[in-house]
Formats: sequence, structure tokens, C-alpha cells
Amino acid sequence: MATIRIPTPMRRYTNGDRLITISAATLATAIAELDRRYPGLQGRLVNGDGRLHEFVSVFVGEEDVRLLQGLQTPLDDHSEVSIIPAMAGG
Amino acid sequence: MATERLRCRECGTEVPAGPVYVCERCFGPLEAVYDIEALRRLPLRERIEAGPRSMWRYADLLPVDRDPVVDLAPGYTPLLLAPRLGDALGLRRLYVKNDSVNPTWSFKDRAVEIGTAAARRFGYKVLACASTGNLANSVAAHAARAGMPAYVFVPAGIERGKILASAVYGPTVVEVDGGYDEVNRLCAEIGEEHPWAFLNVNMRPFYSEGGKTLAYEIAEQLGWRAPDDVVVPIASGNLFVKIHRGFDELGTLGLIPPATTRMHGAQAAGCAPVATAHRTGDEVRPVRPQTIAQSLAIGTPADGRYAIATARATGGVIEAATDDEIVEGMKLLAQTEGIFTETAGGVTVAVLKRLAAAGALDPDGVTVACITGIGLKTSDAVAPSLPATVRIRPTLRAFEQAVAAPALA
Repeated sequence: MATIRIPTPMRRYTNGDRLITISAATLATAIAELDRRYPGLQGRLVNGDGRLHEFVSVFVGEEDVRLLQGLQTPLDDHSEVSIIPAMAGG
Repeated sequence: MATERLRCRECGTEVPAGPVYVCERCFGPLEAVYDIEALRRLPLRERIEAGPRSMWRYADLLPVDRDPVVDLAPGYTPLLLAPRLGDALGLRRLYVKNDSVNPTWSFKDRAVEIGTAAARRFGYKVLACASTGNLANSVAAHAARAGMPAYVFVPAGIERGKILASAVYGPTVVEVDGGYDEVNRLCAEIGEEHPWAFLNVNMRPFYSEGGKTLAYEIAEQLGWRAPDDVVVPIASGNLFVKIHRGFDELGTLGLIPPATTRMHGAQAAGCAPVATAHRTGDEVRPVRPQTIAQSLAIGTPADGRYAIATARATGGVIEAATDDEIVEGMKLLAQTEGIFTETAGGVTVAVLKRLAAAGALDPDGVTVACITGIGLKTSDAVAPSLPATVRIRPTLRAFEQAVAAPALA
């Protein structure tokens, strides 16, 4: 089961859940499953064009999925997925 | 005046001011809200001109009150006419805003001072940040002054000058394997586990307002007017956006005529996601940075989309400079105006040169180049291209032979 880490600002949509385990082959199917369990969550992550919102970063392991295969990035039972609000500033 | 509310830049939802940085409704960034009507009733210009010779002269326009415990008096840095650099580039009224002379020698002190005051307002006991170096320096210094412990996280392998300029203040310096984007991501996760004030994460709505004071100062130093063209380095894009916001606010408040400043951005070619997206019209795509301008090496610039919108709305351009141009830019500024800037300043000067050559700047207008950090922290970047010293015996004859004769030849 892949583990998905939910950041504080999003936990109001997951009933306070912080770590969620999901069996999914890709990030897209994991997000669809998240949305099934917590209706509306998909819209917080993905825009109308089916792409990640620009101010949300998703990492699989250490890598930003935008540098992998985006929502089609494959997951396995050991994948650790982190959702992080995009912000920066050196 | 202390901000009481924060507003989401994306969806407009407002929340009470606090240590939050993301809209819970849409995940968009939160920003400080000001009572513009109340500000309009104040004699702002008189209050500013009677204020201290630091960024705190603009306290009425900032989201926290001045906190004497953390005040290192940043800002009110020189705006210097740059006639020799202007001659070299064909710009008749070029100015350099020399922000390398701040307390820790970069513009970051402006943001950190506000963010640290906010951290104390919200009861935090520990300061922290993700940084390419300059921010870490500033956080470490402000923590020392406030008597707070600090943890600063930087990419492993950044310039030793930037490590040293943090370590001397006594923080815990953590070098993280990877680049800035990895450090930033780690700090977002640490912030979930530890109740620390991460200046550029959970203090961000306050911290990021510091950039506005650069615009306030430029306008005041020009005699209460905005310049025609400004060139600003872009890492996350936040400073670029906030400088524009600063001019805009001064216009809204009647302190200057409505600003029509063209906002131009400068990136390093080895990390130019914002310049690329500006050119192609596509969304900002992350890149893996590969440049000597380490302080601008942010591959996932959070404010990139806002920077592009600002450049477009004002008629500005976002350009990128190669590493060789960056080094040449550092030397050009040093050798025409006597200002030794870091690699980010080299990026600014190199892009200024490109824009001038391309006719993107009004040669008769007022142009301001924002120089945001000092060269001594990144001296390795220019060292290989500087001439060797002349070493001689302490005799007049040796001097005449080795120095005077070649100079006359």
C-alpha cells in the first residue's frame, strides 16, 4: 500500500487524517481513490484540465512528479507520496 | 500597522492574521490585508519622512509593528546614479539600488525582520528557514539578536562564504543533500512536525511583504516617483512581484503618480523556468538548476506565474543570462561603479545589458537595477577570471621594473 502524507491545511478535508494508505498503480488512481474516501479532495489537487494545481506540489519519494510522469507517475506498495503547498523563496 | 487579516490571492477567502500561509479552501497563497481607507487618512508622506533611516520609516505600510528586539535597521540603502555603467549600456539615467549593504549584506534582511517580528507576535520560540544562503544568514543574525535558537537549512555544497556568514551567529546549520527545492520541501515537512517559525514557510504572508520596501525606497529616493524601467532578479519570483506591489500601493495611496513602471526580470540561463514560460506562454515547468548563481537556483518558483503576469501587465521582459555573462556582469558593475555584487547581481547586470541592447529599456527614462547581495559571499565565481597580483621585493627598482614599466609600455 502506498502511503500518502496529507499536509495540515488539507486535513480538514480528510477528517484530520494525516497518513493515508492506498493501493494504486498510478498517482491519478490514488487521487481518485482519495476523492472516493474524502469527496471533493480531487478538486483541491487537480484543475479542470486534469493537471495538478500550480500551487500544489506532489512528490513520490524524493522527486517532484512534475519531473516524473505527472499524474501518470507509477506507484507501488512502497511509494511514499507527499502533498506540499507550493511556496518558495531563497 | 499590524495586519489583522490575511487574504487568499487565488480565491479571495479571508482569515484572521496568524501563522498560516495557505488558503484552506483552495491551497492558494495568503497575503496581508491593509486598511487602505485608514491609511489614506494619515499624513503618510510626513510620517515616512520623519521616520528612522531604515525600512521601518514605512511601518504604516507593513504588516507588523517595528519590534526593537529584532531591529538591525535594514533598508534605506543607497540609490546611486550609475553614469559609467549607463554609458557602457547606452542608458542616460541609470540607477543602482545597492541592497548589498544591508545588515547581513542582502535584501533578505527586509523580509526576515518582518517575519521575525511576526514570529514573536505569534509566540514562536525557534526560528528556521530553507535557504540558498542569504536568507539563512539573515535568519541566523536576527535569531542571535532576539536571543532565539535557529535552525537554517541549505543545499549541501553552497558557497562557503554563505555557510560561514550563517555559522558565525551560532545557529544550527543543516546542509541537506540536493538543491534548494529539496531543502524547501523538507522544511515544509519539518514544519508539520515541529512548532518552529519557518520564515519563508509559515511566516510567509508577513515575511514576503519586506520586498515592498525596496520599491518604497526607490520611489522616495527618486523624489516620490516610480522609475520607468526596473530590473529585478527572479528566484521564486516573490521579490519581483512585491516590488511591483510596492509601486502600485504608493500610487493607490497618492504618494506618487500612478506607476507605469515596466517590470523586467532576470534569471540565470541554467535555471530559467520563469523566463522560459514568459517566452513560450506555457505554464511554469520545474527545472533542475545548473548555474553559478546559486541564490537564484530555485527550479520550482512558487511565484513564477505571478511574476509572468506582472511582467506582461507592465510591458516588461524576463530574460536569462549565461554563467559567463553573469561573471562579466559582476566585473562590469565592480569596474564601472565600484560595487561588488554576488552572482545574482551579475545576473541582473547581464540581463540589464541584454535588455538595453535589445531596445527593451527607454534610454532616456529612469532605469533602476536592483542589486540584492554582496560579492564577497560568492567570490569563487569571479576569482578564476581576475588577473593575478603583482608580487615584488620591497625596492623601488623592483617596482619600476615589474609595475611602472609595463604600465607605461
